Amino acid sequence: MESVLKIEHIEKYYGNKGNLTKAIDDISFDVEKQEFVAIMGASGSGKTTLLNCISTIDRVTSGHIYMNGEDITKLKGNALNRFRREELGFIFQDFNLLDTLTAYENIALALTIQGEKSKNIEKKVLAIAKKLNIVDVLKKYPYQMSGGQKQRVASARAMITNPMLVLADEPTGALDSKSARMLLENFEYLNKELKATILMVTHDAFTASYASRVIFIKDGKLFHELRRGDDTRKEFFDKIIDVVTLLGGDLNDVI
Amino acid sequence: MLFKLSIKNMKKSMKDYAIYFFTLILGVSIFYIFNSMETQTVFLNVTSSTREIIQLMIGMLSGVSVFVSFILGFLIIYANQFLMKRRKKEFAIYMTLGMSKRKISQVLLIETLLIGTISLIIGLFLGVGLSQFMSVLVANLFEADLSEFTFVFSQEAMLKTLVYFGIMYLLVMVFNTISVGRCKLIDLLQANKKSEKVKLKNPIICTILFILSVGALAYCYYQVTANAMTLNISSIGKLMIVGAISTFCLFWSLSGILLKILMSLKRLYYKNLNMFVLRQLASKVNTTVFSMTVISLMLFLTIGILSSALSLKNSMTANLKELAPIDFQASKEWDLYHIPADNQRQYVYTEEEKQDSLVPITETFKKLNIKESYFKDVVVSHYYGTDEVTYEETLGTKREYVSQNFPAIHWDYRELMMSISEYNELAKLLGSPTYQLKNDEYIVIADFDQMVSIRDEILKEKPDLTFGGKTYHSKYDHTVEGFTEMSSNHINTGIYIVPDDAVNQSMLMEEIFSANYHADTKEGKYEIENAIQEPAGEGYDEGLTTLNATSKISIYEASVGLGAMVTFIGLYLGIIFLISSAAILALKELSESSDNKDRYMILRRIGTDEKMIRHALFLQIACFFLLPLIVAMIHSIFGIQFANIILSTFGDEQLLPSIIMTAIFLVAIYGGYFMITYFCSKNIIKEK
Repeated sequence: MESVLKIEHIEKYYGNKGNLTKAIDDISFDVEKQEFVAIMGASGSGKTTLLNCISTIDRVTSGHIYMNGEDITKLKGNALNRFRREELGFIFQDFNLLDTLTAYENIALALTIQGEKSKNIEKKVLAIAKKLNIVDVLKKYPYQMSGGQKQRVASARAMITNPMLVLADEPTGALDSKSARMLLENFEYLNKELKATILMVTHDAFTASYASRVIFIKDGKLFHELRRGDDTRKEFFDKIIDVVTLLGGDLNDVI
Repeated sequence: MLFKLSIKNMKKSMKDYAIYFFTLILGVSIFYIFNSMETQTVFLNVTSSTREIIQLMIGMLSGVSVFVSFILGFLIIYANQFLMKRRKKEFAIYMTLGMSKRKISQVLLIETLLIGTISLIIGLFLGVGLSQFMSVLVANLFEADLSEFTFVFSQEAMLKTLVYFGIMYLLVMVFNTISVGRCKLIDLLQANKKSEKVKLKNPIICTILFILSVGALAYCYYQVTANAMTLNISSIGKLMIVGAISTFCLFWSLSGILLKILMSLKRLYYKNLNMFVLRQLASKVNTTVFSMTVISLMLFLTIGILSSALSLKNSMTANLKELAPIDFQASKEWDLYHIPADNQRQYVYTEEEKQDSLVPITETFKKLNIKESYFKDVVVSHYYGTDEVTYEETLGTKREYVSQNFPAIHWDYRELMMSISEYNELAKLLGSPTYQLKNDEYIVIADFDQMVSIRDEILKEKPDLTFGGKTYHSKYDHTVEGFTEMSSNHINTGIYIVPDDAVNQSMLMEEIFSANYHADTKEGKYEIENAIQEPAGEGYDEGLTTLNATSKISIYEASVGLGAMVTFIGLYLGIIFLISSAAILALKELSESSDNKDRYMILRRIGTDEKMIRHALFLQIACFFLLPLIVAMIHSIFGIQFANIILSTFGDEQLLPSIIMTAIFLVAIYGGYFMITYFCSKNIIKEK
């Protein structure tokens, strides 16, 4: 299978010579098309920095990130913005929905900033809303929705542009377990049925167990990798827990 | 320690405070400039009558200053409360660290003190600097020579500024202490987390209210333009209240209805960031209906005050050439013995005065030591009158309408008449056209607009005039524009010009002496003016009938002085109103920039172009600034027309230049605030 994302020896340093922090210390991995990858690690392990570098919100100190063969570490200015809005979809822990817009408008916004024609917008928004089961909240404002609904709206916003890669940063972090399960089932659906490639960062083993592959990071380095293969979710979850135990007490907020 | 914290705070928030600071400095310097007018005019070489007007102006300006200080005080306290809201999180951190509310108040106290002191110092420096330019303008307006440059500094104005602003800052400190005392830690901590609730108004109510308020405004507009002449003070007041309330309702309903309309325009709404901008705008207008109204009305006042003050000044001086063509005129009432007994004169004439009233005006001049050699081109003319031709007789058919507009009219007063040959002689001197009359004709000369329209209406019928046993026909079916006595305005309410043999000595009412000064240079004329001024005005002391004397020079000085006074007060109030409204808008916009910062960050994260974001920000701020301005401008179109009708005696030729001047002020100050707001906001939403 061809790889969508190819990360080659990236490093990210913070601070100055006297006091250097290596947030990412030589990480390389590939993400293939239609894969659902979870990156796990304790807080401070560098997983969010990694996601920021991939999403071009942050810049790497050295190394290369290729997306469909294009080196995104070389992109600048508006090319970066174009890349971000056309090739990537974002889902954040705190939803990042605009509180002044309705759900419908929040989803439509991702299209309007791409210059999508207004007549196509309604069709597309309704289609994705149906798939994510949020048709009845489309007219609501974020403050009128539950956390799970908000995150599904955010997912719809991320997916509507048919991005090459969906990046999710702790998507279940602000959700209760029922909403989290529902959201993750939606992710599975997006991955399997809509053929979305998803890269998700989490510190939660339960969330990670929905992925097809889990990459563990510790102190900015790649620590381990697990593939789900033909395991059931329960089996896969147990394997993840084993690795987490290996990782040490840092990752103590597992279920 | 607290001091250090205060300084650090100030440095840190300098960007946010820029507008506040800028406004304070502007306020201080304008306050200083207009209060230092006395010192600025001291050096001017002007006549004593101009000096009197300057004194009057200074008195009025200091009165206006009290009002201005109230506005500025309100503005400063309001702005400060606004900034306080932004710092809730900061206070929360202090409080969680165990700082007492008293200590926080102290920090704020020191901050206010620092900001106050610095703004006063800079503002005063700026004020002193600008007042140097101002004195050139002052000299220009009073048409005085500013032969040499003198540095003006007014200690008095400085002290006044210090005291007034000191009081304002003290009030700010009090308000700050109160609002800190009211703070609750939990509210402070959560201040940032509260996401906005979008309250949608009922569109039907909005539509109804919108239609109602537009209708009410249209009614007001109609009243002040088409029916302007019939309005009295109380109905004007009512209209103003109706106007203000409907402006409020307009904004209230507009915020609901406008969004609904624009949302239905899908192609526009779902384009780029339009829906984001519109939502932002709608939510802001939604929460600021009251301030929008106040700002809009203030802008309306600004435009109205500035443009009418400037046009008043222009037209007052513009008419003078035409209305004061000769150097000197004096009139004297004739035969006070035969004043009708039943009229309500407040002054009872003495026997001496009555006797004197039978002395010709030239004799009176001799008595007053006003030499014949002062004058050339002398013309003596007479007003006549008879009880057969009173106002009752001539205007009686329009009695109701006339009484409404001229409540002080005495219906039993005689109309003034002048013989055609005397009028023509005077007209030649005044440079007005002359007329020919047949033996049985009359014409009416008038130039006071309101009266002209009434008389025209009556003269349409060409009514006959009967007196002295003879009947006279009107030559024209309208009045003829003209005047017999100099003044600064068109105030001739009507003079009947009749054939020479229609009047006789027994009908004599008043004598008018018109002449030019026997001098060719400006200095020579001033010399004669000064020689005449005193005796001509001293009639009462001498036990003589008062001479009603006017001169070209005094009319010019009075007009110029009055014009300058109106201009200054207009400028003062206009600028203060403009600054206040622009500052409130700017602060509102900036204070919400922290919320906006998060929103713009989200936009960036989902990949919006910088250019698109900048455009959205610009659009949002521009609309926010334009909305009240547009409403104010629509108000002004009718308001200025109304002012024009009311002040029509001053002439209306000069409106365009003053509107251009007003526009320049608006663009400079309002536009300046807008640009500063835009750049500050752009800075705030910038990605760190």
